[in-house]
Amino acid sequence: MKYLQEFADETLVKEGIEKIRSLIKHPWKIMEVCGGQTHSFVKYGLLDLLPKTLQLIHGPGCPVCVTPSSIIDLAVELAQQPQFILCSFGDMLRVPGTTMSLLEAKSRGADVRILYSPLEAIKIAKENPLKEVVFFAVGFETTAPANGLSVKQAHREGVKNYSLLSAHVLVPPAMEAILNDSEAKVDGFLAAGHVCTIMGYDDYEPIAYNYHVPIVVSGFEPLDLIHGLYRTIYLLENKSNIVENAYARVVTKAGNRTAQALLLEVFEPCDRYWRGIGLIPNSGLKINKTYQEYDAFHKFSLQIESAKENTECIAGDILKGIKKPFDCKHFGKKCTPLFPLGAPMVSNEGACAAYYNYAKI
Amino acid sequence: MCLAIPGKVMSIENRYDGKVKFAKVSFDGLIKEASLELLPDVQINDYVLIHVGVAISKIDEQEAEKVFQYLRESGDLEELEPNHAL
Repeated sequence: MKYLQEFADETLVKEGIEKIRSLIKHPWKIMEVCGGQTHSFVKYGLLDLLPKTLQLIHGPGCPVCVTPSSIIDLAVELAQQPQFILCSFGDMLRVPGTTMSLLEAKSRGADVRILYSPLEAIKIAKENPLKEVVFFAVGFETTAPANGLSVKQAHREGVKNYSLLSAHVLVPPAMEAILNDSEAKVDGFLAAGHVCTIMGYDDYEPIAYNYHVPIVVSGFEPLDLIHGLYRTIYLLENKSNIVENAYARVVTKAGNRTAQALLLEVFEPCDRYWRGIGLIPNSGLKINKTYQEYDAFHKFSLQIESAKENTECIAGDILKGIKKPFDCKHFGKKCTPLFPLGAPMVSNEGACAAYYNYAKI
Repeated sequence: MCLAIPGKVMSIENRYDGKVKFAKVSFDGLIKEASLELLPDVQINDYVLIHVGVAISKIDEQEAEKVFQYLRESGDLEELEPNHAL
């Protein structure tokens, strides 16, 4: 497949790693923000090949993982009522809420549907005019425009029985929250490539400047990650705290302006609780007043209760890079992808699940 | 979750009185429909990045090739920085 397999070329990846070995002179801690990148690092075995002086910290960039259980509880509650059809992406269904996951609700008879695209939900709403179709919308800036588009399409088609349960989260506020945490030590970042496809990377320049950290926009294939790491280490060794783009085939500085305009049209920023991290101001997106008839929170008078975390889970330390999955006594024992205790084990892209599925234990 | 897959635009059609474009996109032979509403200037045969059924970016073939050039160069990558840094 063009632009996918070429970027997993083993010989080039090994050459790239050798170049990193020649370049690195100091110990550095680099955080890959996105869970998709964590997944690739572990899946392709790159962690074992990189020099020991380079420590990769797996960031909070799995939106499924950080969705608080209290919002999942709301989705389960809606799904269990016969007038509702609850739709979401497959990753979200297995995540446990306080009482159960959406998948368990489905097994008990709730109408829960896995969709490839939020746009499919509009078709379901039109086919089921007597039901309320709710799309449980999770994701970063990459996914929010597509989910926003479903709202716009429902509006365009006059579909009234459709709404979005928005649990969207934003990347830059989470990066700042990590940099403000005195326990978390991050020297540089690989920025999440597909988030930047939408947003560009202007927002990262004040972060790089204010916190003295280089930030390199990176892709997801092995060669993209190695390329991104090389550039980050190069900037660190040269004390250059700037933002660079190592994923220029799909990311431009300005990003996708049409998608950004859609985000502004449909959503507005809100405070958001991140599972494993806590409340981060202005780190979420909710549907704005213009489109509030498509806001499930508004339409069904839903309130987010304060979330109760499992106290045995060290998710906060994992997501901030203070501890590794192997440092947790429950890893692979009491906590597995089938029975996750907390955020990083719940989705394939969570750091703990990636280690569980691919790393040697 | 943020997975986005490159595909090739095979055909384009207009809907909603010509206001919104949709495309048939080939992922190595597997054809799926994608909305072009966020990427209206796409042409047939372009490679695009698709995320949850929506095209979010056109793939710049020259930029794609540059990464291989950098990594194939035997010299220092740093020398290429003026083309690459921001």
